[in-house]
Amino acid sequence: MATETSDKPIVEMRHIDKFFPGVRALDDVSFELRAGEVMALLGENGAGKSTLMKILGGAYTRDGGEISVFGRDVGDITPATARELGVAMIHQEMNMCTQLSVAENIFLGREIVNGGVLSNREMNRLSRDVLNHLKINIDPDTIVGDLPVSKQQLVEIAKALQVNAKILIMDEPTSALTAKEIEDLFAIIHRLRDDGCGIVYISHRLEELQSIVDRVTIMRDGKFITRARFSDIAMDEIIAHMVGREIKEKFPRVTATRGKKILEVRHLNAGRMVRDVSFDLYEGEIVGLAGLMGAGRTETTRAIFGVDPRDGGEIILDGKSLDITSPLDAIRAGLVLAPEDRKKDGLCTKLSIRENIALPNLDLLSGVGGVVNRRREREMVAKTVANLHVKLASPEMDAGNLSGGNQQKVVVGKWLARSSRVVIFDEPTRGIDVAAKVEIYTLMNRLKQSGIGILFVSSEMPEVLGMADRILVMCDGRITGHFTAAEATQEKVLEAAMRFENKSERRPAAAV
Amino acid sequence: MHSERNFITRFIAIRGMGQVVTVTIGLIILCLVFMFINPLFLSGRNIANLSRQIVPILLVGISQSYVLITGNIDLSIGSVVGMSCMVSATLMTKGVNPWLAVVVTIVSCLVIGLLNGFLVARCKLPPFIATLGTMTIARGIAQIVNNNYNTDSIGRGAMVFREFFYYGRLFGIYNPVWIALVLWLFFYFVLSLTRIGRHIYAVGSNLEASRLSGVNVFRTVVTAYLVSAFCAAVVGLITTATSGMGAMDAGNMYEMYAVAASVIGGVSTLGGQGILLGTVIGAAIWGVLQNGLQFAEAPVGIRNIVIGAIVVISVLMDVMVRSGWIKFGRENVA
Repeated sequence: MATETSDKPIVEMRHIDKFFPGVRALDDVSFELRAGEVMALLGENGAGKSTLMKILGGAYTRDGGEISVFGRDVGDITPATARELGVAMIHQEMNMCTQLSVAENIFLGREIVNGGVLSNREMNRLSRDVLNHLKINIDPDTIVGDLPVSKQQLVEIAKALQVNAKILIMDEPTSALTAKEIEDLFAIIHRLRDDGCGIVYISHRLEELQSIVDRVTIMRDGKFITRARFSDIAMDEIIAHMVGREIKEKFPRVTATRGKKILEVRHLNAGRMVRDVSFDLYEGEIVGLAGLMGAGRTETTRAIFGVDPRDGGEIILDGKSLDITSPLDAIRAGLVLAPEDRKKDGLCTKLSIRENIALPNLDLLSGVGGVVNRRREREMVAKTVANLHVKLASPEMDAGNLSGGNQQKVVVGKWLARSSRVVIFDEPTRGIDVAAKVEIYTLMNRLKQSGIGILFVSSEMPEVLGMADRILVMCDGRITGHFTAAEATQEKVLEAAMRFENKSERRPAAAV
Repeated sequence: MHSERNFITRFIAIRGMGQVVTVTIGLIILCLVFMFINPLFLSGRNIANLSRQIVPILLVGISQSYVLITGNIDLSIGSVVGMSCMVSATLMTKGVNPWLAVVVTIVSCLVIGLLNGFLVARCKLPPFIATLGTMTIARGIAQIVNNNYNTDSIGRGAMVFREFFYYGRLFGIYNPVWIALVLWLFFYFVLSLTRIGRHIYAVGSNLEASRLSGVNVFRTVVTAYLVSAFCAAVVGLITTATSGMGAMDAGNMYEMYAVAASVIGGVSTLGGQGILLGTVIGAAIWGVLQNGLQFAEAPVGIRNIVIGAIVVISVLMDVMVRSGWIKFGRENVA
């Protein structure tokens, strides 16, 4: 590899600013990329990595700063000029026309025409070439919507490569891929780098970096923090730069006096994924629910909460048997569910934070004739926001504009105004950064100390082991293990999680 | 045998063909039923009538299909038909050369289409609201051009015009049918074989992905609205030629008939899906129902109820197929 000084950057971004309503997303950020290198762009959620790259890729326009590509100053980049410059971006959110075919997507916006007529045969042939080149086994005639998400991701990559991009931006490209596909992707990245492409690689999976990355750029809170050769920087340093402070205690477990039994679930059955599930939950206790993907944990929470119909079994709260047939019944009884998919099931992303927090509490906030008491609403929202340490410009901001961690806090926070007895967290830390995770743990602890019983569903074994007082393990719809925090180990939990009834019948979809 | 099967499977594998095959079977059944009720239904005279009844529905169906496939809607179609009718008739009664009148009319209608496209694609107005506004404006223009009266007869000077757009025949088939056929083929070609057609599907399928792929979304949406206004203008001209005068309420409700023809033929109101072969079948079903129920001496109220029910059922079937309750067509083949 050439020395640092002689390598002129092919991309230079200087003093880039970007504003979104109420937020300064990028604040005087600088970035550079050289030919033949893989540059990791790292930072927590909301650090501005995707925003910066979307400016380079032409999806956003900058509010300030300069960009030069191959030594030439470029003005506002549009998707079309980005392509002329040789910049291709693989977006984190799937950006495909799902009703069009693979070849049609690959050539979208630069179709080959012959005398005004589309040359479908030619485009199919070239698509097949690039797919073969990438060792991706997909027929270019397939409708993209019929492909699984991981294959769609590969089509995105093929699309970027078909334009002969010299600068390739990959935003979390591996999030939907299997281990084998990731391996293939890395081989592709290596080949492209050797061909002299500059590659920007955004990922949360730090463990991936080792095998592909040459240099790293770290961002935090919309600002450039540092840039270094990957071999010159330790993983601890990277994390410290990302977070901006040292995280002393990853799992801040607290002790609380275990009170009386609140929730009893007896012989719960619901469909194929919930079979004869029984457990107890006490006041001031966190019970972890571990298991592999598809073990039936989410289904269990849904059955308890009345989302899915129950086939049998009993749910007893404070000694009284409950007849829960809808979420409304569960909420009235004092059960709360923070669902797995925040954006889909947990928040009205187009409503403000105030409206989201007030939504389940409108009965408490409204007076005669259902008129909402605005003063009481404001008070409740202010109290919730302060309690949860949600970082926000104003409660009138759209909930969808919050970062993942803050969204999760709002999802949970909206329930805390009610005197809930049991809170069910389904994967509360998925897709949020380290610091926000700790805040969610702290929130759980506070709930626990106030005497609420918590059911904590998680696929991340360390956090279950670190936070839960007792751990239930599910496999194939049944409870297959039950440990106290003291006796639980990764090995024991994993063993229980793989205790299939008939070993040859089913294989786990993914490891814990 | 084998190759024939292959041909059929490949035919059905064309996107959107599944629903077209289904509705074509429906159309054949309808024709058989009406023939059974009244054998005169399939008389040469009625077929000629029927074909001319289908023409305006087919043309506005093309209009609406183009716009629906981009993921938008055009409510101004009916008013543009009315405007076209009134503008052309008024000009001709004032003694303007009929062909000049035709050009002026089409251009004025295209301005409405351009406005629609601009409001939706540039100003980002919801298409429902934007075209609701232009619908009212276009109807207002139709009313104002002749001082709030229907026009008198467009007169002898316009006989060539009426000949071309209504009376004339070629190989025994009335001119409006030829006009519709030529336009249909042309716009079919544009939609399925050209770049702009591909972009119309892409924008309706995923606007953001299209934009990021370098598709000029503005131009694509404007084109769809221009095609819509153009076809509506032609329907207005045919209406003028048919009645020999301008009627202010011409084309009333056509935008809805256009939605009906499109969705019966499998065009998705959510965008990105549908083919004009479906639209022609949809328009035919609409025409056959109107004509056939008339022949069966069903009162107007019954006709409306039946047709409304068919629209709902065909959309319901589309929804059910998509959510996997029913499977047919491409899913089986793929």
